[in-house]
Amino acid sequence: MLDKEGIAKRIAKEVKDGYYVNLGIGIPTLVANFVRDDIEVEFQSENGILGMGPFPLEGEEDADLINAGKQTITALPGASFFDSAMSFGMIRGQHVDLTILGAMEVAENGDIANWKIPGKMVKGMGGAMDLVASAENIIVAMMHTNKAGDSKLLKKCSLPLTGVACVTKIVTNLAVIEVTKDGFKLLERAPGVSVEEIQKATEGKLLLEGDIPEMQL
Amino acid sequence: MIRKTVANVEDALQGVEDGMTFMLGGFGLSGIPENAISELVRLNVKNLTCISNNAGVDDFGLGLLLQKKQIDKMVSSYVGENDEFERQMLSEELEVELIPQGTLAARCQAAQQGYPAMYTPAGYGTEVSQFKETREFDGKMYVLEKAFKADFAFVKAWKGDKAGNLIFKGTARNFNPLMCGAAKVTVVEVEELVEPGELDPNQIHIPGIFVQRIFEGKNYEKRIEKRTVRKVS
Repeated sequence: MLDKEGIAKRIAKEVKDGYYVNLGIGIPTLVANFVRDDIEVEFQSENGILGMGPFPLEGEEDADLINAGKQTITALPGASFFDSAMSFGMIRGQHVDLTILGAMEVAENGDIANWKIPGKMVKGMGGAMDLVASAENIIVAMMHTNKAGDSKLLKKCSLPLTGVACVTKIVTNLAVIEVTKDGFKLLERAPGVSVEEIQKATEGKLLLEGDIPEMQL
Repeated sequence: MIRKTVANVEDALQGVEDGMTFMLGGFGLSGIPENAISELVRLNVKNLTCISNNAGVDDFGLGLLLQKKQIDKMVSSYVGENDEFERQMLSEELEVELIPQGTLAARCQAAQQGYPAMYTPAGYGTEVSQFKETREFDGKMYVLEKAFKADFAFVKAWKGDKAGNLIFKGTARNFNPLMCGAAKVTVVEVEELVEPGELDPNQIHIPGIFVQRIFEGKNYEKRIEKRTVRKVS
């Protein structure tokens, strides 16, 4: 089974040379730490930076330089700043190659819910609805089950949707799964996790084809 | 040169009244019009509608207006950092319209540039698109979103000149340039106000035509919401 860093490490392998990548808040933010350093990648943060770098050194924090999670960041050589309309123009215009975000629920048709629990938690969708409506390559990073132990990979989302039939891949603490038109296709198992355990933790339709290999991290 | 300067924040906010709709720049606490917000608190104008990506934190930014219950309605994309906001929203004291961040930006820009509305795919098939016109283009569904209408836009820029030309800094730019000229009156506060000619025209982000009033702000706190640092490796 993977921890959050393990999920980020596995997703980092999906980041290819020449990609512009948008990272969501939480586990997705960690992905930047594990991307190979022999490839050229730029991270976009939708509040208005392309070429986002690591956190600043202590004493070098700048209130005018933050990411979409409101954390202080740095700008790498070659970075650029822009307004929010241009930022979402990049996203809506499909110039961003890969979007990695968290979710509360994903359905077997690729629907995603991650912005609202009616009556309990309403934080807002931020840029998530724009991202999932336009991006062609969307990877969800999340735990396979919620704190109560219920599956987050469902036949149908129970929470208000963020986007419809949009998720392409899911990486959880248990598995790598591709969203196909027929359901969740199991691609890889996390180290030490059996197909049966994944099956048990997946409410939606899980497609199994041949031997399912263990993830290489 | 058409001069846009006003003496101070009091003059800049002349004409602000109860029941008005305001646009306020900023993302989180970055690039918020701190001086205008303080003056709105002092003026104690009420029943406001505020269009702003976020709602500040409990004791800073728009949180200050929320504490005094000056706001009736917020139009935002993300409000997760403010307990008082969440309390007022869940108890329905405060009306909240949550919309996608890119839609918020586009609706500001539409107002600035004279488009009545535009289509976006964001929110299609979700509760955001309920009761809105939708349309298919090339096999994909889009939602019709309308330009904002507002009485005042309160904008924060880094530098400006007396003709109202503006330069923004870093990610404090965010929604600020898009709100210029998107309301009946655009009020800009800058950290540094200079004479015309001192800013390179090649570097101007927003031309002065979009600005009605400009002044040099005071006592910027520029609070950091989440201070994250790395260790020297």
